[in-house]
Amino acid sequence: MAALLEIKGLSAWYGQIRALFDLDLTIEQGGVTALLGANGAGKTTSLRGICNMIRRAGTTIMDGTDISRRTTEDIVRMGVAHVPEGRGTFVALTVEENLRLAFHIRRDRKAAERDMEKVFTYFPRLKERIHQQAGTLSGGEQQMLAVARALMLAPRLMLLDEPSFGLAPLIVQEIFRILRRINEEEKVSMLIVEQNAALALELADHVYLLETGRVVMSGPSEMVKNDETLRKAYLGY
Amino acid sequence: MDFFIQQIAAGLTNGAIYACVALGLVMIYVSTDHINFAQGEMAMFATYLAWAMIDAGVSYWVAFGATILIAFASGLFIQRVILKPLETAPVLALVVCFIALLSIFNALAGMIWSFTIKQFPSPFPQRDVFGNGLVSVQQIGVVTVTLLMLCLLTVFFRFTTLGLAMRAAAQNATSARLMGVRVSWMLALGWGLASAIGAIAGMLVAPIVFLDPNMMTGILVYGFAGALVGGIANPLGAVAGGFIVGVLENLVGSYIIGNELKLSFALIMVVGVLLLKPAGIFGRVIVKRV
Repeated sequence: MAALLEIKGLSAWYGQIRALFDLDLTIEQGGVTALLGANGAGKTTSLRGICNMIRRAGTTIMDGTDISRRTTEDIVRMGVAHVPEGRGTFVALTVEENLRLAFHIRRDRKAAERDMEKVFTYFPRLKERIHQQAGTLSGGEQQMLAVARALMLAPRLMLLDEPSFGLAPLIVQEIFRILRRINEEEKVSMLIVEQNAALALELADHVYLLETGRVVMSGPSEMVKNDETLRKAYLGY
Repeated sequence: MDFFIQQIAAGLTNGAIYACVALGLVMIYVSTDHINFAQGEMAMFATYLAWAMIDAGVSYWVAFGATILIAFASGLFIQRVILKPLETAPVLALVVCFIALLSIFNALAGMIWSFTIKQFPSPFPQRDVFGNGLVSVQQIGVVTVTLLMLCLLTVFFRFTTLGLAMRAAAQNATSARLMGVRVSWMLALGWGLASAIGAIAGMLVAPIVFLDPNMMTGILVYGFAGALVGGIANPLGAVAGGFIVGVLENLVGSYIIGNELKLSFALIMVVGVLLLKPAGIFGRVIVKRV
């Protein structure tokens, strides 16, 4: 497998405060990589750094192209879809408008229409609510909408920021099942940030452990799953 | 009764113009949370351009179209060159910037075209529609142009992806960026549209109040009142608000308080609405579940 995204020496700051220290990270083509760690470890910051949403330094290479200095919009247009913390719903737009927004940057209208149909096969619930104001959706539905919106961009890489946050266990399981299908059927690579380590380890094939803005360990998820000391020390289970 | 109908017609005509101004204000407010104080002066300046063109022998509708295009381009230019560097500046810096724009346009117009009042041609004849002195073609024309523009804008914002992208950028800039929308350019487009709408308002009002560099000062206040009464975050509400302010202002002025106090009545309406229903009469309260 070739690397889709290669990150070297990624650092990031919130004002004067440095939140990330020289992060090195590689995402394989077609793979699912998980970024685990406690609160404040720098997981969300890493995703924001990749998308140039904060002050950052270091290089990001996407499929051979240096995207370190591109704007967020351009990075998205290159095929990196970020499902943000808090879901980023356009609350006053309808569900359909939330999804159709992707048509703004899609040049292939026909393919985009097909993607819209496909999105509804993954998330039939969104189709039922298609004309509803997105702000009236439940938390789980809004998370589905956020993933669906990202999928509408026909991405090569999806950055998922805590898709399980604040949701009931059954909904979380449903969403993770769909994420797996998207990864397998659409060949979308994923970088997923999670507090729920057990869940992320199920989905991911590679894991990075973060602590206070530094990578403390990385390896195949099987290895982390089977290493009790590691789990106890960093993942709390 | 005739007098009453005349007042309603005149009120609707004024209201149409206030509605345009209100719409221009809302266009910028929804995407940036700022009130563009220079909206009126930009409109006045555009009207002078139209006047200069017509004076040079260009036909009315050609000058009308050209002015709208120029106004759109200058709105875009102002956002790109003057306001973009101030994107992260505190609100007060922007207020100063808007006031500077206001006085620059005002002084510039006076410098180029002098402060004497000029007559501005109307494309609509002054004669009556029904021959009984109640409603003039001019009045119908002004209202029609406003409604037509409103329809075009509605179609643009509801049925085009660019319009959708602009709405998304106004609502949630971060999220819009993550959908690949170039938010800063959407703001610039908003400025362009607001400026073009303002130019239309200026050209519609100029035949009624005559053209001079201070032509839009009062109208901006009425437009602002219209926007607040209808709901500053809701374009359709702002238009409705413009018409409401226009009609009420005229009726109250003619029957109750006299023309001198009309402007204060507009301000009383603003205060009243803000006290009783801060989102405006048609202000939509957005349902949000977390």
